[in-house]
Amino acid sequence: MIRSSGLGKSYAGRIVLKDLCFEVEAGEFFGIIGPNGSGKSTLLQIISGLIQADAGEVAIAGRPIGSFSRKELARTVAVLEQEALPPVGFKVREVLEMGRFPYQNWLGEEEQDSAGLIEEIIRLLDLAELQERTLERLSGGEKQRVALGKVLAQNPRILLLDEPTTYLDIGYQIQLMDIVRHWQKKNGVTVVAVLHDLNLASLYCDRMLLLGKGRQVRVGRPNDILRSSLIEGVYGTRPIVLDHPIYHLPQIMLRAGE
Amino acid sequence: MKKRLLAWSGAGVGLLFISAVVCISLGSANLPLSQVWLIILHQIPILGDGIPVTWEESAEQIVMKVRFPRVLLAVLVGACLSLAGAGFQGVLRNPLADPYTMGVASGASVGAAFMFLFGLKYAFLGEWGIPLIAFLTGLGSLWIVLRLAKTEGKLHTERLILSGVIVQAFFGSFVSLMVSLSDKTVNEIVFWMMGSLSFRGWAYSYVLVPYLFIGLLVLLSYARALNLFALGERQAAHMGVQVERTKLIVLLVSTLMTAAAVSIAGIIGFVGLVVPHLVRLLIGPDCRILLPLSTLLGGVYVLWADTLARTLLSPVEIPLGVITAFLGTPFFAYLLKRNRRFKE
Repeated sequence: MIRSSGLGKSYAGRIVLKDLCFEVEAGEFFGIIGPNGSGKSTLLQIISGLIQADAGEVAIAGRPIGSFSRKELARTVAVLEQEALPPVGFKVREVLEMGRFPYQNWLGEEEQDSAGLIEEIIRLLDLAELQERTLERLSGGEKQRVALGKVLAQNPRILLLDEPTTYLDIGYQIQLMDIVRHWQKKNGVTVVAVLHDLNLASLYCDRMLLLGKGRQVRVGRPNDILRSSLIEGVYGTRPIVLDHPIYHLPQIMLRAGE
Repeated sequence: MKKRLLAWSGAGVGLLFISAVVCISLGSANLPLSQVWLIILHQIPILGDGIPVTWEESAEQIVMKVRFPRVLLAVLVGACLSLAGAGFQGVLRNPLADPYTMGVASGASVGAAFMFLFGLKYAFLGEWGIPLIAFLTGLGSLWIVLRLAKTEGKLHTERLILSGVIVQAFFGSFVSLMVSLSDKTVNEIVFWMMGSLSFRGWAYSYVLVPYLFIGLLVLLSYARALNLFALGERQAAHMGVQVERTKLIVLLVSTLMTAAAVSIAGIIGFVGLVVPHLVRLLIGPDCRILLPLSTLLGGVYVLWADTLARTLLSPVEIPLGVITAFLGTPFFAYLLKRNRRFKE
């Protein structure tokens, strides 16, 4: 679904990404992990078409990203960012409907009726009681749920998540990731998620890409990536890796310094 | 959405018509409202023929030659400035942006003043020449303001206003210089600079109509994109908005409308600040309703401001810009204060 070949990017002579070659299968939950400044967000911005690579290219379904028009790309790729929506006076329902923008002509009309989709999203995200409220009057967790709903309304084939759980408590983190996975399985959507929390990444990702200093360290299943020697090499701290008693996936425990 | 749009624009149009008729009847020679109605209806072909003439010839002269053109011009100027303000605010995501506070109006006035003072009023393109030159100088000042305000690729609210003040002071001194250089036209120019709608015939309205019409059409077609802008430029780009193109076109069109209004009526400040904000309080931030309603109510606002300007101290006329500044600056201060609290 997504193929990155020889991808590179530098800012003012400083190399941010170099020679990334990986593929994301259709319908996969793919994680991108790595320390601060390893180029995760830059990679995501290239995949979302916001910035252009200097070397190599990213292709979606065999087509280079540059060949998509802005609206076409928005129908294919949607992005959920880490900072929630700004506190503006739009109502929740209006924000959800904004997600339909790439499907509308200049008069604001759509070929298909999207009311059903919007209703489904409101049910799934439990937004019925909030839909007449304005964004100014929502909590951080509620706003992030609305942001997710707006992204789902775009009905994309690829969903990009940029550290979506950063400002959420653990309850909201699991809730958000569960909703994303439910939507992914139901609609066969491909998910690419930049995640800070390695344990969360292990629980939800089919495969992941470990980045270090802009270079691709390894691509593989959580069991292949979350190994203490590999993590130490990239993050500079040696964690204890345990087996999750229920899912049998690697989970990390940190050790304080001497 | 469509129902709300229709209901609000219906109310806006109604208010505009009633205000127009009332304002036509007000003035040094008082005309009864019913007479004003009849005189106006009388002008309509076929329908008007059935209305018997029960008024004096002078009354018809006052309505049709003096007050009606002035009222129409006030409405058009107000509509242009208010719509331009809503456009600037939408695309810059800044509630304090307005043709005046951004320095665009001052920039435009330099070009217009230049044409007036050196007798180039109709030098080329007839009455269309001045708005075009004003547009170019207005665009120049907009460019400078944006360049000054931008730090690390970001536009900060306070910096934008500060840059507007700087550019305004700079271009203002230019205009003052030109005024001092000329001797015979001083009074006319000074009055024009302070904003005035007196002694303008029908012809000026004809010049403004196409600017307003095209501006409204273009901005309305970007209304949904501007709604997405409210969530942030990056979000808008992710949702399929061509961010740079939208910004460019909305800024250009808003500047063009400002230039047209300034070159005809001088600097009338704060209209684009006060009116869209009041409309937002009424109907929320949805640009699909905000833009048309700001246009209508901008017309109503300047119409009343101008009526105050010519009746308050009659027979002395207060410059229109003085009235709008008097009403607008406290409002601006309030918004500035509120905006800061909002950020903390």
